[in-house]
Amino acid sequence: MSATIAAAAEPEAKLAANAPAPRPRPAHGARTRLSAFNWVVIALAAAYFLVPLIMTGIFSFWEGGNRYGFSAYIAMLSTPGFWTSLFLSVRLAIETIILSFALLVPAMIFVHLKAPKLKPLFEFISNLPFVIPAIALIDGLTTLYTGPSWLISTPNYLVIPYFFLALPYAYRSLEVGLTTLDVQTLTEAGQSLGAGWGEIIFYLLLPNLRTALIGAVLLILTTVIGEFTFASVLLFHTFAVFINDTGQNAITEAAALSLFAFLLTWLLMLGVLLTGRKNAATVGGAH
Amino acid sequence: MSQTGQTASSAPTTFGGASAPRSAGSGGFGALVGRAIPWFFVVLFLVFVLAFLIAPTLVLVVKTFTGDHGFTLSYLTGLWDYQYRIAFQNSIILGLASAFTGLIGGFFIAYTSLQPGAPAWLRSIITSFAAVAANFAGVPLAFAFISTLGSLGFVTIMLKHIGVDIYAMGFSLYSLTGMTVTFAYFQIPLMLIIITPAIQGLRLQWREASEGLGATSWQYWRLVGLPILTPSLLGGFLLLFGSAFSAYATPYALTDGNIALVTIDISNVLSGNVMSDPQVGAALSTGMILVMTVVLAIYSIVSRYSARWRR
Repeated sequence: MSATIAAAAEPEAKLAANAPAPRPRPAHGARTRLSAFNWVVIALAAAYFLVPLIMTGIFSFWEGGNRYGFSAYIAMLSTPGFWTSLFLSVRLAIETIILSFALLVPAMIFVHLKAPKLKPLFEFISNLPFVIPAIALIDGLTTLYTGPSWLISTPNYLVIPYFFLALPYAYRSLEVGLTTLDVQTLTEAGQSLGAGWGEIIFYLLLPNLRTALIGAVLLILTTVIGEFTFASVLLFHTFAVFINDTGQNAITEAAALSLFAFLLTWLLMLGVLLTGRKNAATVGGAH
Repeated sequence: MSQTGQTASSAPTTFGGASAPRSAGSGGFGALVGRAIPWFFVVLFLVFVLAFLIAPTLVLVVKTFTGDHGFTLSYLTGLWDYQYRIAFQNSIILGLASAFTGLIGGFFIAYTSLQPGAPAWLRSIITSFAAVAANFAGVPLAFAFISTLGSLGFVTIMLKHIGVDIYAMGFSLYSLTGMTVTFAYFQIPLMLIIITPAIQGLRLQWREASEGLGATSWQYWRLVGLPILTPSLLGGFLLLFGSAFSAYATPYALTDGNIALVTIDISNVLSGNVMSDPQVGAALSTGMILVMTVVLAIYSIVSRYSARWRR
């Protein structure tokens, strides 16, 4: 971005610098090799970020004494809680995605189209889950809603707090998508051809928002599958709660599960990076 | 569909005002529905937010100020009791310490990866790993660090073999220090993601201009680079503080709930692990929301400044 502006402003400079075409914008300076200091930073970072993963890996293969093997993984896969909790978390993630698509996506599309004045309000709401920590929200929800039991006594209840947990990320991903898309023109074009709202949304806008939507879906999946706070306070056995319970008595299995969770996160974020490239609106999950 | 031509010609005027889109071929009722649909969805979303986000928060605030005999400040002032004061103090220290670690680590790694000499593969590894690590938190992260630096962790034992007993030296993974080390695993990547666009926004011309005027590298950073980056760095710092301050899963899994942090205290009240009035939980939650509101208020002021140098 800055490169194009600078080049347009200074044609001579552009010509002079035209020879090797410095595509990736350098942060500064004209050094072409990394200094020793840079390599020290990289080495330290690599050590800090890789050692815990490697150690968790070794630990998961440890069978006591000097014996190593796959017993933790076999135990992990044969524990009934593993599959039920993983399926529960995936199911809740899918339900959260559906709720976000039903509530957030149409509301944001129509705000862009009809009521841009409401944008600051939506921006404000999307920041609220940051101001209201998960543990405080669950405190408020349990205080306010003591019934009806069809709502609060099944794990599906978690979808409500999960919706808000994922809201900032889903919002940002969609906002980027909607801003870059000329929603107004597309809608006018659709209407002039006689399309109703349903057709405009399903045949025009959603296909064009594909990247943003996939980004939002993957971010919701990552956030919900790793979520612990709501589920543990409300006593539902999701995947993260299962990992924590396992860690109470079988630490090597917990290590195996942690590594599995890391790989799962890695796969999902790889999807975000591959689809979104530019709009990597990835800021933190549930800590 | 026969009206297509007419609809097309009237489309611009239709969109001029706040009036409705026209469902082609439909009469008064259809047009009414077409006009109502957008507002239905906008209102639906707002009602949902009101019912399940705003209302629960307000209930907490009201509960904090309601005692047996109506309005009271005793629960809020009760937060000054030693037990809760320590919890707030610890949470804030943890937030500050881990945000600072994230700030330093994230900045230097981002800066290094953006060096002109940095190979492309290194840059893409750093970017993609940061996205993963920033989202790798909670229980699995806690167990990864227990396997590494816990009292029976591999690194702890290896260090012991070579004569360095870190636990005898006062380190504990289950303390604020240990938690800061653990939190850095998602804080550093978080900062890296936040700060990278800001560093990329530093123009080569500014550097050249300052060099043309005889500035050293240190002078450039002190007088040009850092002042421009300061709002972004500060904004990132506040976000990091918030994520550590409101963290529950990671500290809970690390310490099994045995550490004085506000989030842990709230969950203890909620689950009935401690005997206390439910108002105490509400007051703690209100206190957290207050702290986070201040953080977000500063953040929104700061981000106005950081936007100035972009684009």
